[in-house]
Formats: sequence, C-alpha cells, structure tokens
Amino acid sequence: MNIIVCIKQVPNTTEIKINPTTGTLIRDGVASIMNPDDKGGLEEALKLKDKYNAHVTAITMGLPQAEDILREALAMGADKAILVTDRKLGGADTLATSNTLAAVLSQLKFDIIITGRQAIDGDTAQVGPQIAEHLDLPQVTYLENLEYDGEKTFTIKKSTEDGYQIIEVDAPCLVTVLASANKARYMSVRGIVEAYDKEIEIWGFDKIGIDESKVGLKGSPTRVHKAFTRGVKAAGEMFEVDAEEAAGIIMSKLKEKYII
Amino acid sequence: MNISEYKDVYVFVEQREGKIQNVAFELLGKARDLADSLNEKVVAVLPGYNIENHANELIAYGADAVICADDKELEHYNTEPYTQAVCQIINQRKPGIVLIGATTTGRDLGPRLSARLATGLTADCTKLEISENRELLMTRPAFGGNLMATILCSAHRPQMSTVRPGVMRSHEKDESRTGKTEKISINFDKSKFRVRIIKTVKEKKDMIDITEAKILISGGRGVGNEKGFDELRALAAAIGGKTEVSSSRAMVDAGVMEHARQVGQTGKTVRPSLYLACGISGAIQHLAGMEESEFIIAINKDKYAPIFQTADLGIVGDVHKIIPLLTERFAGK
Repeated sequence: MNIIVCIKQVPNTTEIKINPTTGTLIRDGVASIMNPDDKGGLEEALKLKDKYNAHVTAITMGLPQAEDILREALAMGADKAILVTDRKLGGADTLATSNTLAAVLSQLKFDIIITGRQAIDGDTAQVGPQIAEHLDLPQVTYLENLEYDGEKTFTIKKSTEDGYQIIEVDAPCLVTVLASANKARYMSVRGIVEAYDKEIEIWGFDKIGIDESKVGLKGSPTRVHKAFTRGVKAAGEMFEVDAEEAAGIIMSKLKEKYII
Repeated sequence: MNISEYKDVYVFVEQREGKIQNVAFELLGKARDLADSLNEKVVAVLPGYNIENHANELIAYGADAVICADDKELEHYNTEPYTQAVCQIINQRKPGIVLIGATTTGRDLGPRLSARLATGLTADCTKLEISENRELLMTRPAFGGNLMATILCSAHRPQMSTVRPGVMRSHEKDESRTGKTEKISINFDKSKFRVRIIKTVKEKKDMIDITEAKILISGGRGVGNEKGFDELRALAAAIGGKTEVSSSRAMVDAGVMEHARQVGQTGKTVRPSLYLACGISGAIQHLAGMEESEFIIAINKDKYAPIFQTADLGIVGDVHKIIPLLTERFAGK
C-alpha cells in the first residue's frame, strides 16, 4: 500500500502576540512547526505502515526551509519526502496550491492521500477537498479514526457537530484528519540520524509540468486586498475592590444596562 | 468568463433531518443586506428530500426566491450528490455571490465546489460588504485570529465565502414577505457516488447550544476545576432564563468542560447580551469568539490580563469569592 501525506510548515500561531499599544503583530522569534492536523495525518499513515507495511511519502509545498518538517516526518518514520518549491509558486491561494499539489500527486502512486483538516495559519480547511476534486477522488473530511480491511476498503469515523458518522470508502481516496485523532509519535534517535542521510526529492516548476496560469499568484482567484490588526478597543471601567463591593458594582451595572 | 452575466446573492441552505440550520437564516440576513446594496435578488438554494414546506420560512428571513433541489439522493448530506446539485444550479443560474455556512458540511462542500467551478472561496468570513465597484469584500481572521485580511475575488465568479455559525445576525422574521418557490430536478452522475455512509450517530454534544444563550457565564483557568465550574453553574441557575455556562479553550483541553461549550477561534462565536468572563486571561483566540457580545464583564485576579482591554466592566478580584456572592444576590432577588 502507498500512502501520501500532505504536510505544511506553519508559524506557531499560539505564540504570536499583539503589541497592546500599537496593535501590531509581534512575530519575532516565533518558531515554525509542522501543522498539528497534518501531524495527526502523518501519525495515521505511520499506524498503517506499522500494521500493513505501507510505504509512506510525505510531501510539502513551501519555501526551501520547509525541508525541516520533511526531516521531522522522515525521523518519525516516513519512507520518502518531496519538497515542492519554486519562486513561480509563491503567493498561491488555496485553489492554486491545490492545483500544484494535485499536479504532483497525479504523477505518484497512491492508495490513499492523507491531509490535515486545516492549517493553523489560515484555518481554511480547503486544500484537501480541492485536491480530491482535481484528482477525481472521493473525500472524507474530519477523520477521527481510520480502519483498513487490508485489501481496498477504509472504514472511517468522521466527526460532526452533533456526533459522528461511520463511512466506508474504497481506495483510492483522500481523507482529512483532525489533530485530536492521534497522539503523534516522537522522532526516534535512529530516525533522526537516518533522516539526515536521506535525500529529499525537490520538485520545481519545470518538473511539475503544469500550466503557469494555474499556479502561484496568477493561478489564484482570490487576492488579499488589505491586511490589518484588530486595533485596540478602549477599555471600560475597572475596579479593584473587595468581593462584597465588587458584587454590588456588578449588580447595579446589570440593572443600569437592563440586562436583569 | 463574462462577469457581468453573474448576478444575485445565493445562499446554500443546510438542513439536517429536514431541520433548517440557524446559520442559513443568518446568511439570508447578510445576503439581504448585500443584495440590497447591489439592487439584486437573494436566492435560497435548498437541497433535501420533501423539504419544500420550508420555502416560506426562508422567504420570511429574507429570500426573494427559493430553489428546492428535492431528491432522495439529497436527503442526508454526502459530498458528491450535494456538489453535483449545487454545481448544476450555479452553472445554470450564474450567481454573483454564493454564501455557505462554515459547518462541517459547508466546509466539506465549499472547497469541493470551488475546485469544480474553478473559482475562489474565502473561509470563515467575519465581515462581508460590497465595494464601490460592486465587488464582494470578504474579511476574515488569519494567523489564529491575530491578523485580519480583506479578500477579493475580482476575475472569477461566483464570489464564494463561508461564514461560521453565530457570526452574522439573521433579520427579524417577516411573514408578510412574498417570493417564488421553484422545484428543480438534478441530473446525477451516480457513478461518482463512492462514499458510503454506514451510520450517523447523534451524541449528547448537540443538546446545548451556547450561541443561543442570552447570558453566558464563562470560565477559564482562574476557575480552576470542576468544583469551580459548579460555582458558575450555580450562578447560571440562579439567574435562570437563557443563561448557560461556557468555557475557554484551556478548560476544554484540560478535560474540565466539553468542546461544545468552548468559546473562541476553535470553538463557538457568541454574542450574548452579557458575557461574564471569570478567570479568563483573554487570549486573542478567545476574544475572537466573544468580543461582539453586547456587554462584557471580566473578573480576574491579574489586573494586567488582556481580557480587561475588551471588557466594559473589569473587576480585579477572586472569582471564587465574587461568584457565590452574585449567586446569593440573584437567589434572594
């Protein structure tokens, strides 16, 4: 069985802070990490590898430094790593990104493509289903658990707002995985050592063989018109008083505002 | 693509087991505003089975016309039949704008549609407006809510966006509104139906909907544990009415509260009349989910907690002392 896992390098957004006086982002010193949902997806693939001796390829599109998360994937147990990188691919929105990745994936062998549900920098949850559409694959999103019958059928537990669904789908297919589906394994010492000897395959624009109008900024139907921080709201009244008095202040404020 | 051919604002109406989801009414309200500024129509697209009886309700909430795709294949959501149905409607009718609720269904359908139609899709918009040259300005948070971005989809149609439940407000229901309801049939390519739904299980987690609450008593790390939340629950019970207890992400991750009660970027977006933040520091991801509340009171021991920047009334103090006193006062009222 061949599994391809799509992963993304993202800034650790939980570490980003806003300067309270200027309202601007403080991004200095914020580390880059493997997107958490993608890591959950990689773990799902590695579980299948443990059980069915599957071959796992990790693929990412990004800047050259995205190699770091591919090394991490190799150290966790992936067999092969592909870095899709080219200046021509820059400025891509989700559709252009999915066009690019689908063009690469269509040249590879796979039974299942696994992506994370969404990346913490954009939170769009779009690239997985868009790849599935380009490759004419059935998709299952919000995967919580995956079982394989060893031949061709996957049984999936999909998380929904009000419960879950049990879904069957045959290979080839694409699934998007929640970080909470798995506790990702740590890199092994041997894995780390070996990961640095393994070659990472680089795919540039020419190797992908895709029309330039479908990638990068040119291939993106959506454009950022402007970006801004939320700004700083004027703080309301503040009191530092004992509990009894505080309760009184709250009660009178609620009455004043007709809330009670 | 001749952009001038594309007009009107379409709303994908999500139903589950024949029940229209609230987010559809919220989107119809926003669609009404957008269509009015464009001087165009609002069209509700309702896929399902035996659902025509809901059309009048959609009109009452702002639609000028309803397109019912009524078919057994559309009874329950499944990616491919729904994509084919909505795609067929969009290709035939050429809407300028399509709005979709950012539920698990909408977030499964939206990107599949955008790839099939080769157009843009902007996820989780918090603000939608029409620009001077009649384009849709789609504003959404990025970087975990740290940054806002306004997105345009200038050269492709339809302009599509998803909006999370609770973000937009529905208009008042107006039963006197009239509109046209049309039933259409879909030509399915069933060879593409490859996903088999074996069973759908409802769990208790849908029983509470904090987005519907008028008053939210919300607890964070400062509340500490299950016992601390009991104090909040006692206050909620003493206030009564549509009062619920909600939580910050920290307490959900700690396993003290269930995810359905989580407020914030990865939880629910709420806008109650009163949001009482107890022991919540106010991470930007939390603020993104509650800052539109009508009145915000924060109680926190740390007077430098960022929540005080957003609160209308800030109390520097111990929630474990203040909350029981409030409960007493409400109980004795």
